[in-house]
Amino acid sequence: MSWAMFVQHLLNGLTLGSLYALIAIGYTMIYGILRLINFAHSEIFMLGAYSVFWGVTLIHLPWPIAVTLGILAVAALGVLVDRVAYRPLRDAPRSSALISAIGVSFFLQNLAIVVFSAIPREVYRPTWLETVILVGDVRVLPLTLLVPVLSFLLMLGLIYIVYKTKAGLGMRAISKDIETSYTMGVPVNRIIALTFGIGSALAAASGIMWALRYPQLQPIMGIIPGFKAFIAAVVGGIGSIQGAVIGGLGLGLVEIMAVATFPELAGYRDALAFVLLIGILLIKPTGLMGVKLEDKL
Amino acid sequence: MKPEVILETRKLTMRFGGLTAVDDFNAKIYKGSIVGLIGPNGAGKTTCFNMISGFYAPSDGRVLFKGADITGTPPHEVCRAGVARTFQNIRLFGNGTVLQNVMVGCHVRQKTSWWQTVLYLPSNLKEEKAIAEKSRGLLKVFGLEHLAGEKAKSLPYGAQRRLEIARALATEPQFLLLDEPAAGMNPQETNELMGFIRDIREQFKLTILLIEHDMKVVMGVCEHMWVLDYGETIAEGPPESIKANPKVIEAYLGEEAIADA
Amino acid sequence: MMERKLKIISNIMATAVLAMFLWWAQTNLGAYHTQILNLIAVNIILALSLNLIYGFTGMFSLGHAGFMAIGAYTCSILIMTPAQKEMLFILQKAYPWVQEAGAPFVVAVVAGGLIAALVGLVVGAPLLRLGDDYLGIATLGFAEIIRVLANNIPRITNGALGFKGIPGYANIWWNFGWCLFALYFIVRIVNSNFGNTLMAIRDDEPAAKAMGINIFRYKLLSFTIGSFFAGIGGALLASLVSTIDPKMFLFTLTFNVLMIVVCGGLGSLTGSVLASIAITILLEWLRFVENPIFIGDFELKGIPGMRMVVFSLALLFIILFRREGLMGMREFRWEWLLGLFRKRGEVK
Repeated sequence: MSWAMFVQHLLNGLTLGSLYALIAIGYTMIYGILRLINFAHSEIFMLGAYSVFWGVTLIHLPWPIAVTLGILAVAALGVLVDRVAYRPLRDAPRSSALISAIGVSFFLQNLAIVVFSAIPREVYRPTWLETVILVGDVRVLPLTLLVPVLSFLLMLGLIYIVYKTKAGLGMRAISKDIETSYTMGVPVNRIIALTFGIGSALAAASGIMWALRYPQLQPIMGIIPGFKAFIAAVVGGIGSIQGAVIGGLGLGLVEIMAVATFPELAGYRDALAFVLLIGILLIKPTGLMGVKLEDKL
Repeated sequence: MKPEVILETRKLTMRFGGLTAVDDFNAKIYKGSIVGLIGPNGAGKTTCFNMISGFYAPSDGRVLFKGADITGTPPHEVCRAGVARTFQNIRLFGNGTVLQNVMVGCHVRQKTSWWQTVLYLPSNLKEEKAIAEKSRGLLKVFGLEHLAGEKAKSLPYGAQRRLEIARALATEPQFLLLDEPAAGMNPQETNELMGFIRDIREQFKLTILLIEHDMKVVMGVCEHMWVLDYGETIAEGPPESIKANPKVIEAYLGEEAIADA
Repeated sequence: MMERKLKIISNIMATAVLAMFLWWAQTNLGAYHTQILNLIAVNIILALSLNLIYGFTGMFSLGHAGFMAIGAYTCSILIMTPAQKEMLFILQKAYPWVQEAGAPFVVAVVAGGLIAALVGLVVGAPLLRLGDDYLGIATLGFAEIIRVLANNIPRITNGALGFKGIPGYANIWWNFGWCLFALYFIVRIVNSNFGNTLMAIRDDEPAAKAMGINIFRYKLLSFTIGSFFAGIGGALLASLVSTIDPKMFLFTLTFNVLMIVVCGGLGSLTGSVLASIAITILLEWLRFVENPIFIGDFELKGIPGMRMVVFSLALLFIILFRREGLMGMREFRWEWLLGLFRKRGEVK
């Protein structure tokens, strides 16, 4: 592999990885607080992409407005999902909430098929995103540089919210101990709603960039990235935001590099993440940065 | 004739990270006795139980049951060897019936296997029937036979405690560990329970080790006791000597006990 | 004992009634309705096996589609003729042992079940140490890996093209025969003391350990038996629908089975049977919604996706408002029926 090729793969891996990381953050935040795998997260990602391109192509909104509105709408949807499908099950056995999450995921996915049809759609990209930049021998699309930078900025914003604001303090309190948080007067339901909102907004942002980078829209586009991002969150240690970022970036790089080095394995690419998941769970069930919760007898 | 030691712990120690939950716990328990492990909350009593019953592998030290080393043996094998236990916060199989709960206890002594069930073999049918009979018999001893068909989680608190002991006895133990059996009971219920514990010791030829944090409860029933405080054994001996031990009074019983004495 | 004899007689009579119904159905029902009956039988097998794993032993497994795929591919390879395989494997030749393999239908179905069980045993051994949702996501991962494998070993599975024209040996008698066998097998297990120990593991693992139960061994056993019947179900399904490819074994397939089990009630075999019947019929009926409807000259366009929208909504309603499902943990007992008759004559 030449040096230029290597750099190019590295950049591609970084782009893919930061998209995974943005989705993974939502999974990890929600799991950290509710111990729930929010299966619907991948549909949030998909709807984020759809909403913006509908705004742009059908209602002819300018890009910035379409993006803002799209992200807000999808964030609201995330909050709604929690309110309707998860909140009533807070005291139920954990698998009930999980089944509910699977139900919501299938519901949104098929609703998208009903509304948008299952046929994949081309994504119209602004021309300035299509011009290839040449740096030495390395050919890059502007997006390949833009995606990691934007993702990085979004993550910085998130870390500010979680570690420097009162709401963030609430989130951290709930993830430590939800019962005590109730008694200490933390507005638990409001904070959880906020978490869903933030997580969904990040997933939507990822969905939009994903659609620009791999220009196609279809109702099932969220499934595979969703699973992989969840795996990234588990690999990084579920509940830890840093872990989700590291896991996401790592998974993106590993995928791109593995296929670049062993092209004959390309068909197995989608299985790679699952193999990684099962391997990690077996060796270190709490993930790379997770903390073990002791069983109380 | 010198009584036989049924269970012995040697230098039993449990450390969680930097915290030592139990330090150097040594006990010799004689066959057929009822003995107690007391101490304030968080003294390490349940940790001792968990090490003896195989739930925790001790950081240091040994557990000997009938002379054999059972240190670090998994719980189900400890049970098979003849050590049964109850839990501080009752752990029943809530969705099963009362009868099913006891039958599960019988399983460890069951000889026929699942595939014999599928093949409808007479040997299996016979054994299953015998297990049901035996379980009903146990429920009778505990005054629960009229509740046999009820869901375990629908039982009142006292009945749940008794069911848990019945279930433990179904495993045919020689040694029984009771973790705060009197928790949540009023003085009269507690008295009855202690009498009952004595009865089952006779009837089932048991040796019993029980945990209590309220020392008055066990004074009447235990023949020997160990007092733990912050994981250390601060006293050991028959109830009278424990009652008089200034270390125990200072560290654990406090002024209340002095006033009562 | 009188009671037991009475129950055995009742069961034999019920089986006879079912046989008579099937005999009637065979001659009087058209191909479409017979197919629905067949699907009901297969769905019952699948639902019972998942209920054993999840409802009775408490292991949240989302890997059913994977085991079904194993059963389906194994059975198909064994029942297709060498000439058929010669025609099918156009991109890459099949391995000689795939090309040569052949067996009667019963053997092929059993082989499908056994290989699925073997894989269940091997995969379960490490995975079942994981709890709850981690187990769910890991088994889901296993099913995906199986699917990706099916796509990538064309010399065994014919890759993305899959198999076409699998012989349709799975008639109504085979399907319901297997269905009754599965029902008998799992009912016996659940009602025995072994079943009690599975329930104990589901309700409280530490307590079950303290009762001398080797949790790991029993979980693995339950998982393996469940995988066996999932493989059987997959094998029958392959012969029933005559076409299989990796896309058929997406997560949606597991979702359908899960939905049946949850609707019927986790921990109720009766519930699984009833829900299999109801949901299979409903799913077929909803197919009409997705196809165009003509009223005179006026055409109502079909709405693709609507079926699953309705279905996932139904699942959500059940999990939110009637979490215990149709039957809760209750089971059908002959005593109920007999009780109904007795009450009339008896005055207490």
